Amino acid sequence: MSDSGMFGARGTGDTSGYGGLVRTAASAGSSERPFGGYFDDVADDLERAYPEFSTAIERVVVDRGELTLHIKREKLVEVAKILRDSLKFEMCMGVSGVHYPNNVGRELVAVYPLLSITNNRRIRLEVTVADSDAHIPSLVEVWAGNNWHERETFDMFGIIFDGHPGLTRILMPDDWQGHPQRKDYALGGIPVEYKGATVPAPDNRRSYK
Amino acid sequence: MTISDPYAPSRETTEGTVFSVTGGDWDSLVQEIGSTKEERVVVNMGPQHPSTHGVLRLVLELEGETVTEVRCGIGYLHTGIEKNMEFRNWTQGTTFVTRMDYLGPIFNETAYCLAIEKLLGITNDVPERASVIRVMMMELNRISSHMVALGTGALELGAITPMFFAFREREIVLDLFEMISGLRMNMAYIRPGGVQQDLPDGAIPKIREAVAQMRKNFKDNTTLLVGNSIWLKRTQGIGYLDLAGATTLGITGPVLRSTGLPWDLRKVQPYCGYENYNFDVITADTCDVYGRFLIRMNELEQSLRIIEQALDKLEKLQGAPVMVADKKIAWPAQLALGGDGLGNSLNHIREIMGTSMESLIHHFKLVTEGFKVPAGQVYAAVESARGELGAHVVSDGGTRPYRMHFREPSFNNLQATSAMSEGGMIADIIGAVASIDPVMGGVDR
Repeated sequence: MSDSGMFGARGTGDTSGYGGLVRTAASAGSSERPFGGYFDDVADDLERAYPEFSTAIERVVVDRGELTLHIKREKLVEVAKILRDSLKFEMCMGVSGVHYPNNVGRELVAVYPLLSITNNRRIRLEVTVADSDAHIPSLVEVWAGNNWHERETFDMFGIIFDGHPGLTRILMPDDWQGHPQRKDYALGGIPVEYKGATVPAPDNRRSYK
Repeated sequence: MTISDPYAPSRETTEGTVFSVTGGDWDSLVQEIGSTKEERVVVNMGPQHPSTHGVLRLVLELEGETVTEVRCGIGYLHTGIEKNMEFRNWTQGTTFVTRMDYLGPIFNETAYCLAIEKLLGITNDVPERASVIRVMMMELNRISSHMVALGTGALELGAITPMFFAFREREIVLDLFEMISGLRMNMAYIRPGGVQQDLPDGAIPKIREAVAQMRKNFKDNTTLLVGNSIWLKRTQGIGYLDLAGATTLGITGPVLRSTGLPWDLRKVQPYCGYENYNFDVITADTCDVYGRFLIRMNELEQSLRIIEQALDKLEKLQGAPVMVADKKIAWPAQLALGGDGLGNSLNHIREIMGTSMESLIHHFKLVTEGFKVPAGQVYAAVESARGELGAHVVSDGGTRPYRMHFREPSFNNLQATSAMSEGGMIADIIGAVASIDPVMGGVDR
């Protein structure tokens, strides 16, 4: 991405910034040690407690003072148990999904914010899966409170959490078609006429980039 | 053998007889149910039930009056706020988030704005006066929210007078909100980079007066409920959830503190300068509805203490800015009260229309396009009246959020209903749910 300036003027003098509805995936690089703060301690402790660290963890990202561990989905439950028991991340604050339709083969992301009450620390786990194989092992057996959060992420993104005790829709009606928070699911809405002018539906309005 | 009842027609299914109760004669219904051999009865409570704290549906399996299983049905208030926000610019998002947990609008806005500020990297550039106003508004909001929790909780357990007192106090806070932001609820007052506008003239003495009044008024509910033998019988030992249960269920807020753990994000992970205020974290060790009730009652006084300290700070910061200095982020509006209600101040109109083309361009650009937020993701959490309210925000570098997710404490904590109520009496579910204090607008978003 080579945007410059807040209004995105590039090359021409056109500062309108109008770029149509183009949405690109966020860039993702990985961080090098030292990570700073308690992040090095977390990484060291995890490496000590979990010998398979290097194969299970794809990337470690430190951005804006937050640590993200990108974990292979096959190892997610193992890592979660170690984080809970050895590193004292007693609480999982749920799961949030993100859909990147342009990241072919890595379209769906599940994000788990973890909280350690003992050490007063926060980290984040990320698991990426392909849309064609949207299965992630459930963490309900590790943190029971993830039950509804996983149901919500299934409802909104269609990620299937294997091993969940009852993976059904939670916010949308049971017979609903589609998963509303995915980027390929239209927002809907109709144009509104006001004093002779027509205001388009929100998803047909200009997007500035 | 079935008696025909126009208010409760029945039909046979493979699961047993299903009665559709529409009101009317309960005696004949009870007689009819009693005539079946079935011990186990499944009852649908809500979503339109006066005691379920909003549009919450509880599916209860009963044996007599004992609850054997509880399941919550939610989603009746789902409005797609997270999806909608992906199609509005960052500033417009505040008007959406404020409508999620409608009893705690300021908390929603603050969590959202703190997340955006973290993404922008301007957390330390937010003016001190703006942070102090945010703290004061959050604490006022905590009082108004706790008042609804206490008032409706008591009402649902059959006590009507506490609700009158609670709503009297809530009214004082809502009047302050109206004076400060122009709106009683859903204010969209906290904005990325600061607050929408400074306090109006004469606000500080009025808030001081209100604080004194509330401190006096709170005693009414205290005398009415604390130690009241009926209240004790309905709340003590009810809705039990211990620390291990709360931890694995991710429970935060008053419900977690009722297990004796002094976990309050305002103390342990301060934001908006909470580290500069003196206040106590209130806990109880009874793990029951009464403990949660006492925590909320005592948190009121702590909130008043914080508000008084905030007012002292505001007096020293008179005239200081309430929005970041960066003109590419700060909303350009200079609002003033006009003859036709709130609008842009005449001075501002004069400047952008008469003297400064650049100001006009800035105003136009920021209002139509909004500002850009660098790509990345953050999680920002605040201690709302109900627990940890977290905002997970993903930006793709554009003028709109790529993905917004709120970790709502009501949504998470409502999962504890089963653990708190199963094995108890049906009447105690009401107390247990009320002590979680779920707000369905926040649960369903």
